[in-house]
Amino acid sequence: MAEIIETSSSRARENRASAINESRATRWVLMALAFGFLAIFLLSPLVLVFAEAFKRGIEPYTEALVDRDTVAAIRLTLLVAAISVPLNLVFGVAAAWAIAKFEFKGKAFLITLIDLPFSVSPVISGLVYVLLFGASSVLGPWLKSYGIEILFAVPGIVLATVFVTFPFVARELIPLMQEQGTGDEEAALSLGANGWQAFWYVTLPNIKWGLLYGVLLCNARAMGEFGAVSVVSGHIRGLTNTMPLHVEILYNEYNAVGAFAVASLLAGLALVTLVLKTILEIRFGHAIAGSRGH
Amino acid sequence: MEVRVANVRKEFDRFPALHDVSLDIKSGELIALLGPSGSGKTTLLRLIAGLEKPTKGAIYFGEEDASHRTIQERNVGFVFQHYALFRHMTVADNVGFGLKVRPGATRPAAAEIRRRASELLDLVQLSGLEKRYPAQLSGGQRQRVALARAMAIEPKVLLLDEPFGALDAQVRRELRRWLREIHDATGHTTVFVTHDQEEALELADRVVVMSQGRIEQVGTADEVYDTPNSPFVYGFIGESSSLPVKVEDGQLWVADRPIGLSVPDAPNGKAELYFRPHDVELLEECNGCIAGTVVASRRVAGTRRVELEIGGERQRVEIELPIEHPAAQKSRVAFRPRRWKVFLAEG
Ligand SMILES: Nc1ncnc2c1ncn2[C@@H]1O[C@H](COP(=O)(O)OP(=O)(O)OP(=O)(O)O)[C@@H](O)[C@H]1O
Ligand SMILES: [Mg+2]
Repeated sequence: MAEIIETSSSRARENRASAINESRATRWVLMALAFGFLAIFLLSPLVLVFAEAFKRGIEPYTEALVDRDTVAAIRLTLLVAAISVPLNLVFGVAAAWAIAKFEFKGKAFLITLIDLPFSVSPVISGLVYVLLFGASSVLGPWLKSYGIEILFAVPGIVLATVFVTFPFVARELIPLMQEQGTGDEEAALSLGANGWQAFWYVTLPNIKWGLLYGVLLCNARAMGEFGAVSVVSGHIRGLTNTMPLHVEILYNEYNAVGAFAVASLLAGLALVTLVLKTILEIRFGHAIAGSRGH
Repeated sequence: MEVRVANVRKEFDRFPALHDVSLDIKSGELIALLGPSGSGKTTLLRLIAGLEKPTKGAIYFGEEDASHRTIQERNVGFVFQHYALFRHMTVADNVGFGLKVRPGATRPAAAEIRRRASELLDLVQLSGLEKRYPAQLSGGQRQRVALARAMAIEPKVLLLDEPFGALDAQVRRELRRWLREIHDATGHTTVFVTHDQEEALELADRVVVMSQGRIEQVGTADEVYDTPNSPFVYGFIGESSSLPVKVEDGQLWVADRPIGLSVPDAPNGKAELYFRPHDVELLEECNGCIAGTVVASRRVAGTRRVELEIGGERQRVEIELPIEHPAAQKSRVAFRPRRWKVFLAEG
């Protein structure tokens, strides 16, 4: 079916090209504008990051990366992603499943809620947790009396990250699952499968590429999140600094090589994400976008 | 397996899709649910399968009340309208799915599942296509994979929702004959939904005619065609013409003339006369007949259909004439239905 879609969409593209009779010059100008814009605002900073990181050669770069606090920041970032991405994966699949496959009251409200982190400034998201768990809140001191620290500790960072990243998986899956409907699951049940088997053998394979796509974006955001995490982290070097926060600290200390070395890792992550995302889109575009033929 | 639907009502958000439906299906019978779009055929089928729960009433499998059994426990084979094949599995894996998901103790070994799958694919004449994916099959082939998959679980009842709906006429006819053969060979109790009356009449042992969430009539093809029990069935099955009439002293009248048909037991009042356009007797002279002026005529295969305008109220009916009949525009034709039925007007 993939072939059919591709040929029909490429045909559509041809038609469009011949229907829009812009002159060659106009087309070139528009393309030059687009690429120029990208080069100035996206590519040049990226190049600069690497240029700055390697300005004094490879040795200071690697030295900056094995610095104790830097390693701690990298480790913390990986830990936060390792917790929040699976959490969001489970949440996203569950929410998308509920929304796509069941009818219930308050569905529209749930969809709006899922979108909330997209529409709220990350700083506000962080502040919410400060209000919830801060010293002047009810919850914070109570948890503290049991020795549980949320704010200015790893749990707070994880919570803030989960909050800002939770739309990614759900948003990706909802349209996909809505379009696929419940037919395949009903078929599986009618053949004797239990709910879990229907999910594992039928639903999951149907959504796997969309899921991977969502996870990829979720992971990139989880590792790169600055605003919300900055509010709840407390910036304790070697303890509660994630990579983006660590970059800021190093930069403020005029440690340009260190700052850009860490930044280059984040930039590298972005590039890898971009490449994987593009591959997914090209290879499995039909299975991600939810339009799988007619 | 006998299936008994007892006074089932089904509402979706207060909207009644089925009103008080009762139906007895005999073991080994091939039954067609026939009706216009939205009449509740799919809903009834899904209720039998256990994909929906009745709002009221019960469904019995044999002696046992199956209403609260899950779809897995009912062990029905369901063929979905759009097949719902698992597109990431090969044909063989699709067919073997029902065996693979059985709980440990009753699950056959992988080799046995493969053997069963190819046996079933033989039965549906698809051997050799085991390794294909659903996207690589034609519509008719997908249909047969869906059937093989449903039969793999050795269902007590086989339910098919518009099994041939998406196929072209030629393939439909072939598959129809083939489904009958499979049914006769395996002896499953089978219920299939269709809105194609030809399919229902040709294929089914008994036809269930549905309309607006109710069963209008249940009977063999001959019964529903020859003795429809409601205006709806008359109009829906085969072709029919109807004419408003009046009952007076056991006679039928059109306007101010008796038409030579008697209904001894009917009370006086308004009624509607139904008959088949081809089942009429042409009359030369008219004492007690229906007579009208030809207003339109068209050739249908080996016969001619004419539309007549009857009486002062200009009621139009259609009848069939032999091709050599000299009826022309404006000429007058007199006839009397051979087989007919009157339904008294409501109220
Ligand atoms: N899940 C549902 N929610 C709400 N209404 C429904 C649902 N399923 C069916 N209905 C309604 O119930 C009625 C019967 O639907 P059903 O699908 O049984 O019709 P059908 O006879 O199968 O028609 P078709 O030939 O078009 O498939 C319709 O009016 C339909 O709108
Ligand atoms: Mg239907």
